[in-house]
Amino acid sequence: MELGASGMFVPVQTVGTVLCCICGVAMAPNPANMCVRCLRSRVDITEGLPRHGAVVHCPECRSYLHPPRTWIRADLESKELLAFCLRRLKPLTRHVRLVHAEFVWTEPHSKRLRLKLRVQREALHGAILEQSHLVELTVHDQLCPACSRAQANPDQWSAAVQLRQHVSHRRTFFFLEQLILRHGAAARALRISEADRGLDFFFGSRSHAVKFVEFISGVVPVRSRSDKQLVSHDPKSNIYNYKHTFSVEICPICREDLICLPPKVAQALGNLGPLVICTKISNSVALLDPFTLRSAFLDASQYWRAPFKALLSSRQLVEYIVLDIEVESSEVTVGGSRYSLAYAQVARLSDFGKNDNIFTVRTHLGHLLNPGDYALGYDLYGANSGDLEIDLPDAVLIKKSYEEKRRNRSGKARPWKLKSLNMDVDNTSKGRADEEKRNTEYEEFLRDLEENPELRFNISLYRNKDYQPSETSEMASTAGGDDVPSVPLDELLADLELSDGEEENDDAGSMME
Amino acid sequence: MATRLQFENSCEVGVFSKLTNAYCLVAIGGSENFYSAYEAELADVIPVVKTSIGGTRIIGRLCAGNKNGLLLPHTTTDQELQHLRNSLPDRVVVQRIEEKLSALGNCIACNDHVALTHPDLDRETEQLIADVLGVEVFRQTIAGNILVGSYCAFSNRGGLVHPHTSIEDQDELSTLLQVPLVAGTVNRGSEVIAAGMTVNDWTAFCGSDTTATELSVVESVFKLREAQPSTIVDEMRKSLIDSYV
Repeated sequence: MELGASGMFVPVQTVGTVLCCICGVAMAPNPANMCVRCLRSRVDITEGLPRHGAVVHCPECRSYLHPPRTWIRADLESKELLAFCLRRLKPLTRHVRLVHAEFVWTEPHSKRLRLKLRVQREALHGAILEQSHLVELTVHDQLCPACSRAQANPDQWSAAVQLRQHVSHRRTFFFLEQLILRHGAAARALRISEADRGLDFFFGSRSHAVKFVEFISGVVPVRSRSDKQLVSHDPKSNIYNYKHTFSVEICPICREDLICLPPKVAQALGNLGPLVICTKISNSVALLDPFTLRSAFLDASQYWRAPFKALLSSRQLVEYIVLDIEVESSEVTVGGSRYSLAYAQVARLSDFGKNDNIFTVRTHLGHLLNPGDYALGYDLYGANSGDLEIDLPDAVLIKKSYEEKRRNRSGKARPWKLKSLNMDVDNTSKGRADEEKRNTEYEEFLRDLEENPELRFNISLYRNKDYQPSETSEMASTAGGDDVPSVPLDELLADLELSDGEEENDDAGSMME
Repeated sequence: MATRLQFENSCEVGVFSKLTNAYCLVAIGGSENFYSAYEAELADVIPVVKTSIGGTRIIGRLCAGNKNGLLLPHTTTDQELQHLRNSLPDRVVVQRIEEKLSALGNCIACNDHVALTHPDLDRETEQLIADVLGVEVFRQTIAGNILVGSYCAFSNRGGLVHPHTSIEDQDELSTLLQVPLVAGTVNRGSEVIAAGMTVNDWTAFCGSDTTATELSVVESVFKLREAQPSTIVDEMRKSLIDSYV
């Protein structure tokens, strides 16, 4: 007893067998009343379906052409390729229903793609037949327009960014290089070349260059302008091809610079003492008056409205030894860093022991310095005030120095290392002196990184596999009272262990995706 | 003996002819081939009558009859009625009935003892069928189809039903009709049995598309291989090969 949906009794229905009208074999009745074999032998449902086709393939970028103009990236025997092939065989779906499709393996160099499809179609009298159907697609190689353009002229750039900073050192560019690597901002650059006082970046399209310029203006205060030059012009379709150039000038003020503010700027900032130190450069300039511990921020547009240059920069730092320190005020946090005002008796290291030149200066490093410490600062003792109508202090201390301790460790490898951008360096015009200067600047940059955790914030440091902590250095560090600042291990990134081939592609640089 | 033939290039011979044990009705075709085929088989035994019903040639589907009587739809003209009354033997009662379902051949399937009818047939018609044809009437469906006259064909010896008829239905019908039943097809897989063939106790006519398998099924279920015309005793069949037109 079977109960149907409505609860009524539905008698069991067993299907009887009927003889196939052609061959006489017993079978269950179907709309054609022929057994499957007879039906298949009489009706070919794949008749009229395409058996061959052609696709166009670009060997450079491994993409396939979907006429009239789209190129679709797909790997061999991937599902994107399967979808693409089925789209090309559109006439299929008009009469039959596609149930299943798969690739039949062919040699990659055979230039043939084989598809096995299972289609269903109504045969005579409403019986639905399913049959498998093989389609062979011939692959024709042809360079897509992008690749042919790239091949014709591989260095063809259409947008360039010229990054310049008119100072005599390259610290900013070392720092920017690390930032760019970390954020991959120059991933789309075709070429990067070094120029005097700056870097040139070449891009394939204007939008990439604009994105890069916006990234730079978010990390340093810049002033930029853009220009374009007509390369070619298609009058019929009104297509104009330009070369765009962006000239980006970075503000010449760097960290630890001593600045004498022009009177207008000083007034605008609330009569900030004309001598200030630059404490931090991000997309705005942070200034600190070391004698009053007042600080101010100038963002890029404010700076460029009334640009000023630094008086002294970190190359002119002189070493002092601290003889006595008298803390005046308690520790204050200004702009994220701690300072405290103090009077310090210092002597220049070059004077120490030779004569009795001792200076009493006011400094903002009261919390850091102890008698016997070394500090770096700007020597203003013998300076002429000239046009500036102010009282010049004898010296302005900037930071604590770890030179002595470093000397114990000189020549030792650091436990961490940095990557570098793939740059074209023009070596012919430089001489030996330039190279040495560059190396010392780089070394100072690395030391800066060690000393300042906030500088390391946006930079990726990698574990140096070659570093072996030797015994002597350990002894030296325990013997000294003050530890040389070093990068804590947990900030280091383990470098990806890849094969040599991969490492070359790892750096930012040439290939566009 | 089963014969394969065509009416004017159509294989649906059950539409254009009606065969019973006492007479045979044939539609008027352009050429005489159809009529000649029937005559060759049946001329000595039973009258073969050329007729139209209601001016149409689809006489097989419009009328229903057996050796006792013949039922005609209300569309039959008086001349046709008279012609039929004149041509058929006297013991065959020719009756025109008023029935909403006028395609009586599609609605009624009968042999000399039992009739299956469309479930929606009128009460009076059912009475008339019982009286005129002298049969027991059952309202039935075949494989869910209400046009029982189209989807099955049976004689006093056996019956052929729609291929989708389930085993239980076949058993039930077989019990009602008291004849063995087989589900099968004619005309190369066509399910409309009665339109594709016409049969009586000793002979059958099928459409020319009927395959050998189907023909053998027809011959076996209707027991035609050893059949002799009931009124002829001493004449032997000339050959056992299917004749074709």
